[in-house]
Amino acid sequence: MPPDSPSAAVPAPDLPSPVPTAPPGLVELFVAFAKMSLAGFGGVLVWARRGIVDQHRWMTADEFNETYALCHFLPGPNVVNLSVVFGSRFRGIPGGIAAFTGLLGPPVVIVTVLAALYAHFGQIDVLRRILAGVSCAAVGLLISAVFRMMMPLIRRRDLVGLVVLAAVFVAIGLLRLPLPSVLLVAIPLSIAVTFVMRRRAAA
Amino acid sequence: MNPDANPILTLVWTFGLMSLFAVGGANAAIPEMHRIAVDVRHWMTDTQFADVFAISQMSPGPNVLIVTLIGYYVAGVAGALAATLAMCVPTAVLAYYVSRLLAHSGRSRWPAIVQAALVPLSIGLMGASGLILALSADRTWAAVMVTAASAVLAFATRLNPLWLLLAGGCLGFAGVI
Repeated sequence: MPPDSPSAAVPAPDLPSPVPTAPPGLVELFVAFAKMSLAGFGGVLVWARRGIVDQHRWMTADEFNETYALCHFLPGPNVVNLSVVFGSRFRGIPGGIAAFTGLLGPPVVIVTVLAALYAHFGQIDVLRRILAGVSCAAVGLLISAVFRMMMPLIRRRDLVGLVVLAAVFVAIGLLRLPLPSVLLVAIPLSIAVTFVMRRRAAA
Repeated sequence: MNPDANPILTLVWTFGLMSLFAVGGANAAIPEMHRIAVDVRHWMTDTQFADVFAISQMSPGPNVLIVTLIGYYVAGVAGALAATLAMCVPTAVLAYYVSRLLAHSGRSRWPAIVQAALVPLSIGLMGASGLILALSADRTWAAVMVTAASAVLAFATRLNPLWLLLAGGCLGFAGVI
C-alpha cells in the first residue's frame, strides 16, 4: 500500500514536535487496535503504522520501526506481538491485553462466522468455484510479497542471504521437512555466518 | 499421540508449539500448518486448506487468523478460540518479556545480527508457503495463469489487493478456473 497515500491527512513534521501526545488509555488502546485490525485486509502492519505514527502520534516513525523490528525477529504473528509490546509500554500488562484483544477480538468474531458459513455452504458448487478463484489470486498476492521482500537482497547482492533463502525454500517447500528441525539447523547456521561476514566486513 | 485425545487439547498443543517456531510471522508458518493439518492429522484436504487460506485473506485482521479457521474446522467455536489463543498468547508473552529485557539492557549489536540472519530465512519460508499453496490451489492451467497474473499485478502495481481477490472470485464464478 502506498506510504505516501493522500489519506494520511496530517503532514508529519520531521522535526521533533514539542507537544507530546497524552499516553493512550485502555479503552483508547482497544479501540485503536480494533480499528487498525478491521481496516487491514491482507495485513495489518500498514494500518498499524498509520494509526500509531501518523494519526495518534503515539510513537515517532523511528520508534515504530524499532519496535516492529523487535517483533519481527521474535517468533509468532508479528502484529500481535507488536500490539502487546506497544500496549504494555504505555499501560503495563493491562495495556498489552487491551491492545491484544482489540486487535484479535473483532476479526476473530468475523472469521468464526465465515468459518461457520463455509462449514455449512462450502460444498455448494457456485461457492466452490468462487473460492477456487479467490484462492488462486490470494496465492499470487503471497508470491508477489515474497518477491518484494527478496528485492533488497538481490540489489545488495547478498549472496549468503540468498543461499540461506534458497536452502530453507527447498527444505520446507520441496522436501517438506518439519519446520522445527529445519529451524534448529538453519537459525544457528545463519546467525554464525552473518556474524562472521560482519566481522570480516568490519576488519 | 492418542488420536482419541480431546481435539481442543490437540489444537492447543499443536499451535502453541508451532507459534514458537513461526519465524517471520503467520504466513511463514503456512507450510507447517499444511503439513500438520493435511498430511499428519488429516483434518482437511488440500483443497479445503486452499479454501481456508482464501477466506483468511478475504477477511480483515492479521494473517494469523487462518488458524482460527482451521480450529473451527476441527472443533467448532471452541476450537477456533483455542487455536487462535494457542498461536498468539505464548509468543505475545515472550515478546513482552524480551522487549522489557532489551529496554533495560541498553544497546547491543546482537539484535541487529539476529535480525539480519533471520530475514532471508523467513523469506524462504514464505516462498515455500507460496509453492505449497499454489500446488493446492492451482489444479488447472487457467488457475496457474490467474495466480501468475495476480502475482505480476500485485508486484508491478499498487493496486489494492482486494481488487485482485475480487477479480479471482469473478473468474471462478464464471467457471474459468
